[in-house]
Amino acid sequence: MNAFLLMLPTVIVLAMTGLAAFVWALRSGQFEDPKGDSARILNDDDRPG
Amino acid sequence: MTALASGCPSGLSPASEPSFAQDPSAFVVERDGKRSLDILVRGASCGGCLAKIENAVGRMPGVAVARLNLSTGRLRVEWVGPLQPKSVIEAIARLGYDASAFEPAESDLAGAKIERRLFAALVVAGVATTAVMFLSEPVWFGSDLADETRAILRWLSALVAVPAAAFAGQPFFRSALASVRRRRLNMDVPISLAVILALGLSIFETITNGRHAFFDAAVMLLFFLLIGRVLDARLRRQAYSAANALVAMQSATATRLLSDGVAEVVRASDVRTGDRLLVASGERLAVDVEVLEGSSEVDLRLVTGEVEPVSTFPGKVLHAGAINLSASLTVRALSRADQSLMADVARLLEAGEQKKSSYRKLADKAAEAYVPQVHAMAALGFVGWLVLGASPAQAAYIAITVLIITCPCALALAAPLVQVVAAGTLFRKGIYLTSGDALERLATVDHVIFDKTGTLTLGDPVLRQESLRPGLLYDAARLARASHHPYSRAIARLAGAGPVADAVKEYPGQGVSGRINGRMARLGSASFVGVAPGAGSELWYAVEGESPEVMHFDDVIRVDARETVARLKRMGMEVELLSGDSSARVKHAAAAAGIIAWRAEATPLSKARRLEDLQASGLKVLMVGDGLNDAAALAGAHASIAPGGAVDVSRLASDCVFAGDSLSAVTEIVEVARSARARMRENFGFAAIYNLVAVPIALVGWVTPLIAAIAMSASSAVVTLNALRLARRNLNREGGSA
Repeated sequence: MNAFLLMLPTVIVLAMTGLAAFVWALRSGQFEDPKGDSARILNDDDRPG
Repeated sequence: MTALASGCPSGLSPASEPSFAQDPSAFVVERDGKRSLDILVRGASCGGCLAKIENAVGRMPGVAVARLNLSTGRLRVEWVGPLQPKSVIEAIARLGYDASAFEPAESDLAGAKIERRLFAALVVAGVATTAVMFLSEPVWFGSDLADETRAILRWLSALVAVPAAAFAGQPFFRSALASVRRRRLNMDVPISLAVILALGLSIFETITNGRHAFFDAAVMLLFFLLIGRVLDARLRRQAYSAANALVAMQSATATRLLSDGVAEVVRASDVRTGDRLLVASGERLAVDVEVLEGSSEVDLRLVTGEVEPVSTFPGKVLHAGAINLSASLTVRALSRADQSLMADVARLLEAGEQKKSSYRKLADKAAEAYVPQVHAMAALGFVGWLVLGASPAQAAYIAITVLIITCPCALALAAPLVQVVAAGTLFRKGIYLTSGDALERLATVDHVIFDKTGTLTLGDPVLRQESLRPGLLYDAARLARASHHPYSRAIARLAGAGPVADAVKEYPGQGVSGRINGRMARLGSASFVGVAPGAGSELWYAVEGESPEVMHFDDVIRVDARETVARLKRMGMEVELLSGDSSARVKHAAAAAGIIAWRAEATPLSKARRLEDLQASGLKVLMVGDGLNDAAALAGAHASIAPGGAVDVSRLASDCVFAGDSLSAVTEIVEVARSARARMRENFGFAAIYNLVAVPIALVGWVTPLIAAIAMSASSAVVTLNALRLARRNLNREGGSA
């Protein structure tokens, strides 16, 4: 039972953190251009700034 | 220019020819001294394109942000300072991409919002499913679980599942409610009932410390269904914006003349009735207008299907889609209701749309057959067990498990998944489905009607090269390069880039004159060079002191038109040609394409009427057309397809838009639609068999949460795999032909 009392809050906090991270990612448009993002990472970016 | 290859460096899409560059300044948004513009870029398909475009635009003076979204083809540019927005468009065009300013449509933004909401629902349902499955696992397998422990696990499950289902289930609950209000049944009704009843039963069982709780089944059901919904919404929005992009290139702006003579560029949507507009030569009309001043020739290919340009004079009414060819015109914008043609088309369009919305989808038919039966079974189970002496709680448990296990999962996924796979296959080939039930209707057509100009043919005339004096092309091109007339453009295209004659002057409706090597030369109609006219589709070239020479033009059919027609016939379809152009030309095109039945000089009304006659005789007609004169027929047909160059009205009236010059898209669409329909039927058949097995198990009362979870996953997996066979079939075919 003690294990439960320790695990429960831990799990809930972790889950909420994950959910919050997802909501943030969704809101900040990180799912808007999957095709472009996968191509962009391979491009050399030698322009400053 | 740099030595960069034009267009996509990976060769994924062909480079585009530079075309009439519009002035996008009407689309520029200014805020806090910062100006921004959204540009639609066509032909960008790889990381190389991305770098090329972003670097080129990013290096322009004052540009702070240049970011291209490769998934949607939209480039956002933000800058400060005096940079001319038109130069951005031109810079992209020089790289070999089509570019045009655009303004996201309201419906587009709404679509993005809905998609984001569905995606959030999917993730919530997914996380909740995982969590509840972890919590359920000891209950499934732990026979020696203490009552207390089990109760805690269940309460925890409830804590996760109930809020998750309340959030993730909303798309289904809303749709079910709307459907019930209209006294119809759709698939969302049994889904919503199953979720709500499963949660209700589980809470009851948890409170009374009963045998089984189905929290996992409720969220899992939502999770599976949402996968289908999200994919469907995403693909549909992509197809919608891709189809829009095809025509966003043209007529997005108009030049308005103010009372003090100043010209300003405005968006086409901002043009008001009565505005005086200036139409430059080469420009495509964005609205219907009446000519006030100037005489010119207009290209009506998209309006009536006539290949031969028509001369205009003050007082003449021109429809949106007409292209001004020789001289600029001052015109007055008309309201849509002002002219009879447009009013007729609008009325026919409406009638067609109504007919189409009465089409009932396979999935809805299945829902209407399935829901009453399953609910009757559940009721039977409830009454039966009461009669056999069970307590009301036990009987209710049986009834609810019937609803959960007959899970609408397989049934609800059966059609949408196939749709997603089929639409995705077509999307990758540049074919965009714009209506949800298009596939089902496309699968059943048995009669095809083609429009001629711009559909069966490319629309652009081509110079007949046999018996042409060597050198004539070169000389004529020096005059032709100065004109927007389709024949001149055909000569210029063939001759390639080169010099233009001196002192070029264009005579509207007649031709072009200019000085070549010190001698006056003329290019134009027979009367323009002073000879008797021939059989039409010709242009004369004359140099001072020499006898005129003639050049003939053909309205050539698309390269694969003949093959496509033959294939459609092999697929068991009747093919017919219905055009607004002259008899001789239609006959010629019909012969070239191998079509026996043809009709010429058709008006929008007669096209729509011919369609009605055919459909009244029980035929399911597929209309393929692009012009304003086809719009009514496109809307009224059982199914319809428009090429990418179609006018807005026609594109909106169609189920499907294809990009590119290949007509084989038509057979491609019908083939994919047919196999999609076959897959859907198999899936419905499977769902029926599954229910035949599952219902008795539930009625006897053998359903445990574990069985429910397994049955649900397994049945969903089967319909998903069956839907994916569709993609594999097409993949194999592509591999074979490469």
